[in-house]
Amino acid sequence: MKLQVIVTLKKDVLDPQGSAIKSSLFNMGFKNIENLRQGKTFEITVKEKDEKVALSKAKDMCEKLLANLTIENYSVKTIKE
Amino acid sequence: MKASVIVFPGSNCDRDVKVSLEKFSIKTSMVWHADAKLPKSDLVVLPGGFSYGDYLRCGSIASKSRIMKEVIAHSKKGGLVMGICNGFQVLVESQLLPGVLIRNINLKFICKNITVKVINNKTNFTSKTSRNSVLEIPIAHNEGNYFASKDLINELEDNNQIILQYCDLTGNITEQCNPNGSIKNIAGIINKKGNVFGLMPHPERASDELLGGMDGSLIFKSLK
Repeated sequence: MKLQVIVTLKKDVLDPQGSAIKSSLFNMGFKNIENLRQGKTFEITVKEKDEKVALSKAKDMCEKLLANLTIENYSVKTIKE
Repeated sequence: MKASVIVFPGSNCDRDVKVSLEKFSIKTSMVWHADAKLPKSDLVVLPGGFSYGDYLRCGSIASKSRIMKEVIAHSKKGGLVMGICNGFQVLVESQLLPGVLIRNINLKFICKNITVKVINNKTNFTSKTSRNSVLEIPIAHNEGNYFASKDLINELEDNNQIILQYCDLTGNITEQCNPNGSIKNIAGIINKKGNVFGLMPHPERASDELLGGMDGSLIFKSLK
């Protein structure tokens, strides 16, 4: 089963990389961007048939390593292979 | 006093720290990250460098390494732990220190001498410094921008846990002398119990006249 984990910065955390990307896009002519935040995605294939179990394991991975809960939020879902 | 310096894959200030510790008569052993046992130590130093290539988040993978279980146990027993630069990042990722270190606000790797003000000299790591004195010590990092919630910053201030703040040559703490965007110009903090210290400046790079300064040696002299 394949999982997708998305880790994003919490709302109040500064994102200097996101700001730099936003201003670069602006200079390229994309003038209507209101806000841009950079995040990370992980695609994880697990040996697991039960979706519930797989998702709960992915949450555990996020809380223990993939996300730093002080500054980041995460979401997990299953995706098609 | 006996110290252990933890060596992670990618550590690069480990031997410099050993030289500095031994210069001030602290017997030092190097301990590999995959070791299961920490030798009997009064102090553990997590050195600077780029552990695990800074993958995922700086210090995050090192914080899960085998020896860190022992380092955490050592700190829970009241043993001294000092994390310098990448070591500070490992300490926040291990939750031995609160908050987090994010990308420098100017998105640049900064390698230069800076000045920091000693806010609290009543600690095991700063006892040989004077309160409000200014130390000149180099920094060399890409992720040294200290971030924490407002409540946590208030707590750090109330408990005198902010140890070093970036300042100008005369000790004024201003936005201009904040190299990386850290909240409150924070350069070093200590835990509530007072036995775990993390700092972004490299005292081991300012502990020999030949290297251009001795201000960092005051940190090593304090470790008694």
